[in-house]
Amino acid sequence: MSTAAGFDLDRAPAVLVLEDGRTFRGDTYGATGQTVGEAVFNTGMTGYQETLTDPSYHRQVVVMTAPHVGNTGFNDEDNESGRIWVAGYVVRDPALRPSNWRSQRPLEDALVEQGVVGISGIDTRALTRHLRERGAMRVGIFSGERAQLPVTELVNAVQRAPLMKGAALAAEVSTDETYVVPAVGERRFTVAAFDLGIKAMTPTLMAQQGIEVHVLPATSTIEDIRAVGEHGPDGVFFSNGPGDPAAADAEVAVLREVLDARIPFFGICFGNQLLGRALGFGTYKLKYGHRGINQPVMDRTTGKVEVTAHNHGFAVDAPLDREVAAPADENDGTAYGRVRVSHVCLNDDVVEGLECLDLPAYSVQYHPEAAAGPHDAGYLFDRFVELMSNNEKGNRS
Amino acid sequence: MPKREDIKSVLVIGSGPIVIGQACEFDYSGTQACRVLREEGIRVILVNSNPATIMTDPEFADATYVEPITPEIVEAIIARERPDAVLATLGGQTALNCAISLHESGVLEKYDCPLIGANVEAIQLGEDREKFKGVVERCGAESAQSVICHTMDECLSAATELGYPVVVRPSFTMGGLGSGFAYDERDLRRIAGAGLQYSPTTEVLLEESITGWKEYELEVMRDHVDNVVVVCSIENLDPMGVHTGDSITVAPALTLTDREYQRLRDIGIAIIREVGVDTGGCNIQFAVNPVDGRIIVIEMNPRVSRSSALASKATGFPIAKIAAKMAIGYTLDEVPNDITRETPASFEPSLDYVVVKVPRFAFEKFPAADPTLTTTMKSVGEAMSIGRNFTEALQKALRSMERKDSTFHWDGPTPSEEQARTFLHTAKTPTDGRIVTVQQAMRGGLSVEEVHEATGIDPWFLDQMALINAIADRVAGAPELTPTLLRLAKRHGFSDAQLASLRGMPEAVVRGVRHALGVRPVYKTVDTCAAEFAATTPYHYSTYDEETEVAPREKPAVLILGSGPNRIGQGVEFDYSCVHASFALREAGYDTVMVNCNPETVSTDYDTSSRLYFEPLTLEDVLEVVHAEQQAGPVAGVIVQLGGQTPLGLAKALKEAGVPIVGTSPEAIDLAEDRGAFGRVLAEAQLPAPKHGTAYSAAEAVEVAREIGYPVLVRPSYVLGGRGMEIVYDDETLATYVTRATVASPEHPVLVDRFLDDAIEIDVDALYDGTDMYLGGIMEHIEEAGIHSGDSACTLPPVTLGVAELERVREATLKLAEGIGVRGLMNVQFALAQDILYVLEANPRASRTVPFVAKATGVPVAKAAARVMLGATIKELREEGLLPPIGDGGTMPSHAPVAVKEAVLPFKRFRTRDGQVVDSLLGPEMRSTGEVMGIDQDFGTAFAKGMLAAGSGLPREGRIFVSVANRDKRAMIFPVKRLADLGFTIVATTGTADVLRRNGIPSEVVRKHSERTAGDASIVDLILAGDIAMVVNTPSGPNARADGYAIRAATTSMDKPIVTTVQELAAAVQGIEAQMQGAFTVKPLQEHARDLDLYGVGTGVGTGVGTGVGTGVGTGSGAGTAVPGPATGGAA
Repeated sequence: MSTAAGFDLDRAPAVLVLEDGRTFRGDTYGATGQTVGEAVFNTGMTGYQETLTDPSYHRQVVVMTAPHVGNTGFNDEDNESGRIWVAGYVVRDPALRPSNWRSQRPLEDALVEQGVVGISGIDTRALTRHLRERGAMRVGIFSGERAQLPVTELVNAVQRAPLMKGAALAAEVSTDETYVVPAVGERRFTVAAFDLGIKAMTPTLMAQQGIEVHVLPATSTIEDIRAVGEHGPDGVFFSNGPGDPAAADAEVAVLREVLDARIPFFGICFGNQLLGRALGFGTYKLKYGHRGINQPVMDRTTGKVEVTAHNHGFAVDAPLDREVAAPADENDGTAYGRVRVSHVCLNDDVVEGLECLDLPAYSVQYHPEAAAGPHDAGYLFDRFVELMSNNEKGNRS
Repeated sequence: MPKREDIKSVLVIGSGPIVIGQACEFDYSGTQACRVLREEGIRVILVNSNPATIMTDPEFADATYVEPITPEIVEAIIARERPDAVLATLGGQTALNCAISLHESGVLEKYDCPLIGANVEAIQLGEDREKFKGVVERCGAESAQSVICHTMDECLSAATELGYPVVVRPSFTMGGLGSGFAYDERDLRRIAGAGLQYSPTTEVLLEESITGWKEYELEVMRDHVDNVVVVCSIENLDPMGVHTGDSITVAPALTLTDREYQRLRDIGIAIIREVGVDTGGCNIQFAVNPVDGRIIVIEMNPRVSRSSALASKATGFPIAKIAAKMAIGYTLDEVPNDITRETPASFEPSLDYVVVKVPRFAFEKFPAADPTLTTTMKSVGEAMSIGRNFTEALQKALRSMERKDSTFHWDGPTPSEEQARTFLHTAKTPTDGRIVTVQQAMRGGLSVEEVHEATGIDPWFLDQMALINAIADRVAGAPELTPTLLRLAKRHGFSDAQLASLRGMPEAVVRGVRHALGVRPVYKTVDTCAAEFAATTPYHYSTYDEETEVAPREKPAVLILGSGPNRIGQGVEFDYSCVHASFALREAGYDTVMVNCNPETVSTDYDTSSRLYFEPLTLEDVLEVVHAEQQAGPVAGVIVQLGGQTPLGLAKALKEAGVPIVGTSPEAIDLAEDRGAFGRVLAEAQLPAPKHGTAYSAAEAVEVAREIGYPVLVRPSYVLGGRGMEIVYDDETLATYVTRATVASPEHPVLVDRFLDDAIEIDVDALYDGTDMYLGGIMEHIEEAGIHSGDSACTLPPVTLGVAELERVREATLKLAEGIGVRGLMNVQFALAQDILYVLEANPRASRTVPFVAKATGVPVAKAAARVMLGATIKELREEGLLPPIGDGGTMPSHAPVAVKEAVLPFKRFRTRDGQVVDSLLGPEMRSTGEVMGIDQDFGTAFAKGMLAAGSGLPREGRIFVSVANRDKRAMIFPVKRLADLGFTIVATTGTADVLRRNGIPSEVVRKHSERTAGDASIVDLILAGDIAMVVNTPSGPNARADGYAIRAATTSMDKPIVTTVQELAAAVQGIEAQMQGAFTVKPLQEHARDLDLYGVGTGVGTGVGTGVGTGVGTGSGAGTAVPGPATGGAA
């Protein structure tokens, strides 16, 4: 199978099949077998390890637009969770050998170990353009014996896969047990962090701000939240995570209780969508989502542009041009008051952040914790600290 | 925040002549800046002494000053134009230095025209090494550690602290004298010991060595509200120790994890903020220790740089253009991304391909120079390539070098282990072509680890090269070429030529098989966003993938082949012609398709042509582009005559492959290139050429020389040790020459040409449509025949030729154009001797002088040429107003200004292995990297301006050293006397001093260098002490060679003017006289054109505005009356 020089020039064939019937023939990469999921593309040129281990990619087959993947190997430091979550992995040119002083094993070894089926050697740009034009869709990767099956059969298999729209996945990726990430240095605040698919970097950065982070399972209740800390938490955080926010009714209900209790709230990604829903906004599925680490977002408070990491297929539907009363106030009789869109993506005007003007609550659709990606939005963690200290002062006075 | 309303006019400072380290990337950035500013309704005033640039075309600025970029001249321009601001960050170090000087002398304040783009404090923080160290520290990052030592004990303890090896740099020594690497204590005692001696302050700096570390660059941009983006990361394949301009570089960085990359990004952003670059781009370089990831910040350039041009081409994010917009007040989010149109520029490009840049060197032109690559840049050009993976991009980049030995090969038997080790030993020292040596070492079986150990090249890159070798093995060993195998090889960048060599079959056969099997490239798009958004700009590159993105077209397309990497003899001048052809043909209703691989150029700006293919200029790559475009729509033809020798060399093969070539046919091109065929053309036209012959031995050479008559020009038919042409006057010298310089043999004959003594060399650029001829310009060389025309200064119009002579030149040119069958441009070199006009050579293509001619005469000859090539007649172009209604460049009116072109030479860059500057003698090999133009009403002033623009300028006072060859002694008397009369002190060696004394010219006698004694300074000492303002030294045969060399080397290293021919001396005297009459006055090309009024008032305005005559014609009120008909020739 290999040549004299040790290069795997003859990988076994694999085939990628989209639900609309388009197929790409390439080589086996990672584990051999079959996988189905939602096809999405990621444009980051660095950070494949973080991407692979980001729980938000659960049930998604990730297409890397960067042609070379695996160059820096796989280490034990850069994981965003305990495992690789992607349902399948599509690359053009897998690295032959990792080269980095922190590398502990080749990427492909990690993929094989964790049973991640991938495909390499295909025209990833053509696939990306297809997804851009036709929208995210279901996909299957078939290797080994399955690669030999007739395409119609494979298309059928893909079409039988569950849709992302309507999928409630938080419970599948969340921690089973609460765990605590201790504050670095003196503990200033205690936060209850809802794990809807949380990335490791988020509690790490909070901890660096002196926050003791109690990471709770996605199925936690308001009582579980109140049980955090000596007098309940100083703040509540809802993390990123996979699935359709429209299907997360239970989490939204808990969040409303948090808002009703005026506990300072910060949400990221899925957490932003849930805040949107709690406030009474709708959410919708983007045609092909934002996945990359180069997205320009304007912070409408300062007028500054930050380059940010994104990974979202859904977005909040809220008016950009004005602050509004939370629709829930009228529809559901809540008293959340005014809300405005605090951040917007300059590429396509998608809502990237919400800010409550009459509640201590805000959220962003993108990833201030980066990992992978630029650190431009790190100030949002400072805002959380600010919000909690202001709240503390407010409560004291 | 929209643009600043207080800025209505901006002075843009260009970068001057092309020199090593500062090439046409600044034409690209400057052209973009001028365009942007004009689009914004700002009046653009431009100064740039380089006539070969696109930016100095009158249509790119409102006032274009082709004047020397010195503080005095620029002040004069500011005083005349009163701009609201000065933009100097797009013109390289030249512009930046000039701007700093204007700031320091208070000129900017006096005229209230502040710098925009970067403030002086920021520039100084970025450029001052000590201050920058402080910046780095404040940003929480590290610089290389260093310790200043005054004694050996201090050195020893510092070295222990820093750890060996250490770099030793003695303070205040010239040209890095005494510096070196100490690997252990013994080295340190030796090097630092000497260094302490060399240093006038007994001081050496010991610095930790970061040689061998990984090297990275980031291109960062910031706007005035503090938005920052990183446009591109670049990784050097060659580790630290080689100047980044001389390194093979890759974008994006490929061997960093996100954490490590983001750390570089954080530091980069912190630095641009701390330095305070308000608006614009900067480039920050890092070294990363491959063992533990420790990061050292090396330096930053607070301006647009060569790397930013590369980054712009690599990403599709036009840094200079956006920097210009930010300089006038826009913020990043207000500027749309050109390529997507929908999204803003405030993002970071994502690449779904790999870019490789390979430098191109010219050591063959400087055989004495040490070819080791160091931290001093030595390359003269570069090629970039784009592929969907590293192997493809690398192999494409290597074949873009257009050198046989530049690509990976598998010739001959596999190297033995011993041979492989020899290769590896060679590869330890970075030199031009090291990558191929590395490939050979690996081919010989050496492991990635061993090669990494020896070269420091990252194992990832080496492994990719091993992969290339493995695929080559498979190709060589396969029973047949299957589609799968071909596809595999193609996906890793193998050319048909490489496959042919591996399979032992002709390239054409491989191509035939490949096409028959349907294995052809597709073309992808550079879109800044990895396909996330639709791209509107057709900027393509080839790859072997599934889907092509070439869109169908309706208009007929013209493909223009560019000139590839810059090299000596083929540079920006050719790009100028290509770009003009593209502009003219787009305007005439064609779709233009540019093919080129030089990232520094305007031609590879995606704004220039309808479509851009960033591809190597090899037959295979060009044929595939032609094929792709033929699939897309009608193709009117391919232009090969504008990009210099590179595309011209493809003409025949393209035609044979059925590709339509427009303009002069490949057969006609051949006619001019083949000595025999050209001889017949000359005979038919009854035009004389110097007699010539070929000799295979010394005796034969003498025989030939006697037959054709002395003096003769002799040269080996191949270059041996750089000894080129020599002028020989007698049998004895000739025989010595042949035995000394060459081994005349059947394989290597000696060419003997009659040397035309006292000949005036004349260069002509002409346009011919089959019926009519338009003489673009007639240029008279200042140096004698025998010096490469590219290195020779020349003047347009000619200053010593009369009407009759000019008429003869015209007639001869016409006959040649007819005889060869030119359709488009032709360049002819004549020599006028003893009233006979000899034809030296004729080239039916755009020449190096086309842009100079266009600037000097105010006529867009390159544009007209492109139109003629596509079938327009000169008559039509005159009617249309692209060409003047009557007259041409051969009939310049007597009030026409005189333009002098002066060459700029890179001698100072190159040092011999023992640290001396290489010899600066001019010869038959072209060695200049660039050129400048001086333009004024008379020759003397124009020449003086040219000298000032090219270097330090002619002296106004002081001592002039004169030492001339015997044959020049007569000719020197008058000019030297004039210099003495003008108040200069003449310094001469004994022989010359005697001649001067007898002619009544007093001089100080100085010792030759070879006669130096302990107490007495020699001429070389005087020069090095700065006591000599100018040197006149004509070479005088082999005996005095060493002395002459020492003198020239010293002069070159002191940056003083050096005159090596008597003709140039006469010109210099005229120049000195002119500049003693007062300060230079300045005048933009637009005013020169208006005063010249070739187009006549009210005519040709319609298209004239868009054709390079510029607004001068369109808006010129009261521009005087037209000068009808040919004026009397010879302005002097």
